[in-house]
Amino acid sequence: MKRQLPIAITFILGFVLTLQYFIPHRSFEIVYEVTNIWLQIIGFFAMILGILSLVMLHWDKIQYKKTNWGYSIVTLVSLVGITLVGVIGTEESPAFNWLYNYILAPISATMFALLAFFIASAAYRAFRARTIIATILLLAAIIVMMGRVPIGSIISFGIFPKLSDILLNYPNVAAKRAILMGVGLGAAATGLKVMLGIERSYMGSD
Amino acid sequence: MGTSELLWNGLAAILTLAIFSFLYRDNPFYKFAERLVAGVSAGYWTMLLYHTSFTDKVIVPIFQQNEWWYIIPSILGLMMWTRFSRKWSWLSRISLAFYIGISAGVALPISMYASIYKQLEASMVPIAFDMAGINSVLVTIGLICSLAYFFFSKEHSGLFGKVSRVGIYTLMIGFGAGFGLTVMGRISLFIDRVLFLKDYILALFGA
Repeated sequence: MKRQLPIAITFILGFVLTLQYFIPHRSFEIVYEVTNIWLQIIGFFAMILGILSLVMLHWDKIQYKKTNWGYSIVTLVSLVGITLVGVIGTEESPAFNWLYNYILAPISATMFALLAFFIASAAYRAFRARTIIATILLLAAIIVMMGRVPIGSIISFGIFPKLSDILLNYPNVAAKRAILMGVGLGAAATGLKVMLGIERSYMGSD
Repeated sequence: MGTSELLWNGLAAILTLAIFSFLYRDNPFYKFAERLVAGVSAGYWTMLLYHTSFTDKVIVPIFQQNEWWYIIPSILGLMMWTRFSRKWSWLSRISLAFYIGISAGVALPISMYASIYKQLEASMVPIAFDMAGINSVLVTIGLICSLAYFFFSKEHSGLFGKVSRVGIYTLMIGFGAGFGLTVMGRISLFIDRVLFLKDYILALFGA
């Protein structure tokens, strides 16, 4: 019961939802719409589960004064603060948008900008042209980067932007298409394994 | 820039500098900004879901429109919380089964259609005797060679080995191009943040 019921539910729902794609009937459209709403509702409760886990983790750090416990206060205070602002107002209230525009957006953008430096240093270590395939990767990256900046066009008399376009439009498309097909086959196979109850890791252990 | 906007932008500028301080080394300013964004981000997305998925799809339908059946997914959602109990945690599997069954059922035909059927369709175009035709043949050859590289049921030797070798060269060009684009995207973001700081300093001193 504890394991068979979830497997049966997964199989039935998976089978019906796969079938609805191929049967353009109103009843199947309703099933799709209803289950889509169910997913969002269950997803919200799952999100709260994650938040509870985050709160418990940081509360534990504060309670037992573990390393860097002071920063856990920052996380909890900011979490509670934005939650209060969100509950009191709506998702379109000015205060809620200020927190997004002046805290979340700048920090997220700066974090991603910071990655430019770490990607560059990691690339230096990874791409040293030791083999022919590493050399090809390095050359492709340099051509695409130089093709995207004005100086690249100036020093190569317009060759870098053209080469960059050729690389992006042809070999890159072939590679991305092959990867996409591999990912698609993998996703379909995993979906089937889950539906048929072969893949059960999502249920955890007893 | 008004006083209120100047103050809020000042906070954004301080947080931007705190994150950039990591370029020197890990420090308390960076740690503060990092933990702050962890809390704000978690709270922001939860509140967004609270309004769009909970208020709009649970509270309003049940209490204002008397659509009682919305209680069923809510109960399934609540059953997720039984994971905290050793005795009742098996109930959360039922909610997970709903979530995973629906997701797998929806994703299976879509991934077959978008990732396989549409890609094959785009690769099997009539050959024209012009530059576009030559290019499409080159893309198809690259695709076949790349797929050959991913085929591990046959040893990569002889003619098949050579074909898969061309495949890995194609894949490396793809990875290199992807890497180049990613770096340029990140550098664009970096320039944007530096311009933001410059504009803020100019506004602060009334320039």
